[in-house]
Amino acid sequence: MAGIFAFAETRDGELRKAAHEVVTGARKVADALGTEVHAVLLGGSGVGGAAQELARYGADKVFVGESAAFDRYSPEGFTTVAASFIKEHGCDAALFSSSAIGRDLAPRVAGRLGVDYASLATRVEVEGGALVVTRPRYSGKVFSTVTLSAKPAVVSLGPNAFTPAENPKAGTVETLSVAVDEADFGAIVREIRAAAGEKLDVSEAPIIVSGGRGLGGPENFKLIEELAAAFGGKAAVGASRAVVDAGWRPHGEQVGQTGKTVAPQLYIAVGISGAIQHLAGMRTSRYIVAINKDPEAPIFKLADYGIVGDLFQIVPRLTEEVRKIMS
Amino acid sequence: MRVKSIVCVKRVPDTEARIRIAGDGASIDPSGVKFVLNPYDEFAVEAALRQKEGAGQGEVTVLSVGDGGSAEVLRTALAMGADAAVLLKSAAPLEGLAVAKALAEEIRGREYDFVFFGMKAIDDDLQAVPAMTAELLGIPVATAVFDFEVAGGKVTAQREIEGGTEVVELKLPCALSLTKGAFEPRYASLKGIMAAKKKPLEEKAAAGDGAGTSLKLQYPPERQAGRIVGEGPDAVPELLRLLREEARVI
Ligand SMILES: Cc1cc2nc3c(=O)[nH]c(=O)nc-3n(C[C@H](O)[C@H](O)[C@H](O)COP(=O)(O)OP(=O)(O)OC[C@H]3O[C@@H](n4cnc5c(N)ncnc54)[C@H](O)[C@@H]3O)c2cc1C
Ligand SMILES: Nc1ncnc2c1ncn2[C@@H]1O[C@H](COP(=O)(O)O)[C@@H](O)[C@H]1O
Repeated sequence: MAGIFAFAETRDGELRKAAHEVVTGARKVADALGTEVHAVLLGGSGVGGAAQELARYGADKVFVGESAAFDRYSPEGFTTVAASFIKEHGCDAALFSSSAIGRDLAPRVAGRLGVDYASLATRVEVEGGALVVTRPRYSGKVFSTVTLSAKPAVVSLGPNAFTPAENPKAGTVETLSVAVDEADFGAIVREIRAAAGEKLDVSEAPIIVSGGRGLGGPENFKLIEELAAAFGGKAAVGASRAVVDAGWRPHGEQVGQTGKTVAPQLYIAVGISGAIQHLAGMRTSRYIVAINKDPEAPIFKLADYGIVGDLFQIVPRLTEEVRKIMS
Repeated sequence: MRVKSIVCVKRVPDTEARIRIAGDGASIDPSGVKFVLNPYDEFAVEAALRQKEGAGQGEVTVLSVGDGGSAEVLRTALAMGADAAVLLKSAAPLEGLAVAKALAEEIRGREYDFVFFGMKAIDDDLQAVPAMTAELLGIPVATAVFDFEVAGGKVTAQREIEGGTEVVELKLPCALSLTKGAFEPRYASLKGIMAAKKKPLEEKAAAGDGAGTSLKLQYPPERQAGRIVGEGPDAVPELLRLLREEARVI
């Protein structure tokens, strides 16, 4: 039967952007291999409502597994269902996103199936019937290309590896019987605590405004927040490690080697010097803007556009102009 | 109570290291590169030491799969306070499943409450070994944990997810992969460094067929040198023009 397994991630019953990316990527791989996309949608009761949306992005079949145990992410339940599906259908490849769930689930499934796993792929191609995966190493200082000849090839797709594209297919819905019992699980997600204020996460935002030590103190981050807000819900606030370590900002906002890896359309670095460990987390951003008073700051070597000067004068002006454009 | 922990650690190039591809196109040129204990694994060692200290009694054993050079990072962990170390030697550089298999094979025969890992190795950036090893051992695991506590024979771990925190409850024994958060690592004291020299460090061959992964390495495409749009707030309109008309991102 073969097919490409595409994990369709949801939160609170809604598909996430990551699911569109994964199905888009799976469609390309399936076309190259001449096989079908099998999207697998797991969640609480009613999650199957998202099936048609997956068809729009190219799923030939959508397998829906609903269970009360799946109201929240179930690490062991999802692993069992995904691994048995892949095995029974003899899938050629299994694609996941690089979200927190994808990064947790994909290596579990690979471990369960006893196959290798390539994470955070930036490119997935098909050569001679096998998946050829390119991915960053050494925080993006080098990229590696590896041919995954064993089946299934288990891969998680890096942010923006595939831009979601509509490519409607039948999307026949089939029900997966998920006989899972929470009592069998050694690890259960008990709770999800939303960060205050339902903010957009840096790893998902198309625009990031990041602040560093140049801000001088936590109170001045309101300049960064206001600039982000001016983009009207499309921008997230990021931070350098220096300001996270100083307790000015939460760790969830840290970009870099020991923080998050991001690849937004636009990354605005304000009062950030551009240390190699910071660059590690944002160097693949599509466009980078730097605002720094030191013309020699390393961030200017990477930035597409730079403004040299005092951020306390530049940022308020920028915020004002962005507001004008957006209104 | 005695708490027994196993900590899996890897030797990796320092974050500042300039990475050059070796002549074979498949590995990096190690000359001039400083190697260190993987920074995430420092959190893992710290967590294990705190478990032992909290319980008053216990044992911390560190494992590493690598070549002879990995003895160095095992000594670092011993100097931080771990009790014993095992080097699982492999001539070919292993990663992912091959490492998980070698680790699982060594861990299987041991008695333990926790197996600690770093969230990722900063050389291969894979984030695979902890979940894979736990799967092979058949024990529960939580990945990317920034804090956890133990009460009533259960572990409550907090994981960072997009826009929030996921709280995972695990049965013991379990595996945890750690990221930055509650376990800021201690420095090895001079006394610790001296004591480490006398602690046991066993060497044996890593289980498995010893075949490494074959990779082709290449440098990322150079980013075109950027330009300074101007100085001070007066440069803002020009910046926005470029972002709209040239980059078309807003
Ligand atoms: C193992 C390891 C892991 C690390 N991981 C990370 C990581 O994940 N993320 C990360 O960011 N760092 C990381 N670091 C730390 C990194 O090396 C730097 O120390 C850190 O990025 C510096 O933060 P910064 O740019 O905010 O501060 P600084 O380097 O102090 O830079 C502040 C900048 O602000 C500018 N400035 C000051 N005042 C003004 C003003 N009024 N107007 C305009 N500009 C101004 C200055 O010119 C300067 O360039 C790591 C380090 C190590 C060793
Ligand atoms: N060669 C190795 N020896 C021991 N532990 C390892 C090795 N490789 C990876 N690990 C552990 O697995 C974690 C994640 O590594 P990785 O999956 O390679 O990103 C590391 O932080 C270590 O705790």
